[in-house]
Amino acid sequence: MNPIIRFENVTKRFGALTVLDNFNFEVGRGEKVTLIGPSGSGKSTVLRILMTLEPFQEGHLELDGISYHEPNGHGPFKASEKHLHKIRCNVGMVFQSFNLFPHMTVLRNIVEAPVAVLKMKRDEAESRATELLRMVGLYDKKDHFPSQLSGGQQQRVAIARALAMRPRVLLFDEPTSALDPQLVGEVLGVIRDLAQEHDLTMLLVTHEMRFAREVSDRVCFFDKGRIVEQGDPELLFSNPQQPRTREFLSSILGEQAPARESLQRVP
Amino acid sequence: MMYGYAWDTTTPLTFAISILPILGIGLLVTLKAAAVGYAIALVLGLVLALLRRSRFKIISWTVAGFTEFVRDTPLLVQLFFLYYVLPDFGIVLPAFMTGALALGLQYSAYTSEVYRGGIDAIPRGQWEAATALNLTRLQTYRDIVVPQMVPRIVPSLGNYLVSMLKETPVLSVVTVLDMLGLANMIGERTFEYLVPLSMVGLIFLPMTIICSALIYAVERALPKSGIPLR
Ligand SMILES: Nc1ncnc2c1ncn2[C@@H]1O[C@H](COP(=O)(O)OP(=O)(O)OP(=O)(O)O)[C@@H](O)[C@H]1O
Ligand SMILES: [Mg+2]
Repeated sequence: MNPIIRFENVTKRFGALTVLDNFNFEVGRGEKVTLIGPSGSGKSTVLRILMTLEPFQEGHLELDGISYHEPNGHGPFKASEKHLHKIRCNVGMVFQSFNLFPHMTVLRNIVEAPVAVLKMKRDEAESRATELLRMVGLYDKKDHFPSQLSGGQQQRVAIARALAMRPRVLLFDEPTSALDPQLVGEVLGVIRDLAQEHDLTMLLVTHEMRFAREVSDRVCFFDKGRIVEQGDPELLFSNPQQPRTREFLSSILGEQAPARESLQRVP
Repeated sequence: MMYGYAWDTTTPLTFAISILPILGIGLLVTLKAAAVGYAIALVLGLVLALLRRSRFKIISWTVAGFTEFVRDTPLLVQLFFLYYVLPDFGIVLPAFMTGALALGLQYSAYTSEVYRGGIDAIPRGQWEAATALNLTRLQTYRDIVVPQMVPRIVPSLGNYLVSMLKETPVLSVVTVLDMLGLANMIGERTFEYLVPLSMVGLIFLPMTIICSALIYAVERALPKSGIPLR
């Protein structure tokens, strides 16, 4: 089957700094892939390019059969706003800092885009939002404002908000890095449930190695804009082949060695 | 005698009362000039603020240069410029419109900075979330940016309304018969300046106070739920 995401010799530069150099990467439909790697290696950049938050300079990228560049496209994205709109219909993103809209209630946050973008009827969007809020365990907070919620709760709302757009691909950029340790578990719990969804393709950047091992079909170790090593999580974590991977894993697992409560499941 | 009202200079009090209707006519001109000027400032300021965010450097730099220039030169100079130079280019406006335009132009430079600050106060993450949710630029402004921006900028915009109101008397130098213009004329004819000029000051005082109070009331009435006001 065709991969849903295909990077082909993609080069991304920030001025003189080349972050991705002839980058090749594929993700299959429904696959759950985790990106790990040291800071500055380009993990977020990969997700941000997919979300059309960053343009890239060279190469070819496709998501669900749609190319990111239009044949005669202009501007930094080499595509019209209309074309970018079409790409974004298939992909959603969950950010490290949640990015909820502070002036809207939890329910409005979730309903906003389906009504504005998908032209869904408000009551239909609301009943769907209600369903999603139940799923993330926050139905009772539907009329609260984001500032009245904990970080973990805000991130769960952000996940519900992304899901309300029914994306085929969901990107997570360090969804638990901004959270207090005791709140990490509730968010991972929601993501773990999502990973059961057969049709949803997930691309996750995280430093939670045990979680990565548990939910992903494949783990990719990133360094300096390249995938140094990738494969089955069990194998990669237990028997890394490359010295850089070993070095990275031992440094990060050394930190995480004391068993984290965070992996306990939320009820 | 002016606009059919005669003055009575017997005592300062009778003089003051007798010129009140004349000053009232001037007051209407003053209010009209402030209203037109403010409307121009609100709309043009927004346009300038949005243009300044343009992806095209030529546009954003031109706009930046323009606002900086307008902010850094005196209103009176701009007013003279519009009044005496525009006709050379075939643009002849009535004195009142020229005055209101000058006020609006000057204050649009100020309000554009207010709008800009309001837009910049929206964290980048929210723009990105809006993009990730596939909202269009217009929808992002309408549903995300403006509702958060308005409560933050109303106080500054209101302050500019009050200061613009207080600056309208400069229009009298280009023959606009606002309150000050009329008071001045009464002075020229009666050789009595103290009473008419004091009256102008006395009328301005409650006006600016009422204006400030109104703005405060609007500020209080705006929904603030969930919006961090910095
Ligand atoms: N807007 C930008 N302008 C210039 N350089 C940038 C920009 N965004 C990212 N970079 C640079 O690109 C490189 C890759 O950044 P990226 O955010 O993708 O790394 P990362 O792997 O996500 O790191 P982290 O784990 O710290 O989040 C870094 O060197 C970073 O400094
Ligand atoms: Mg990152």
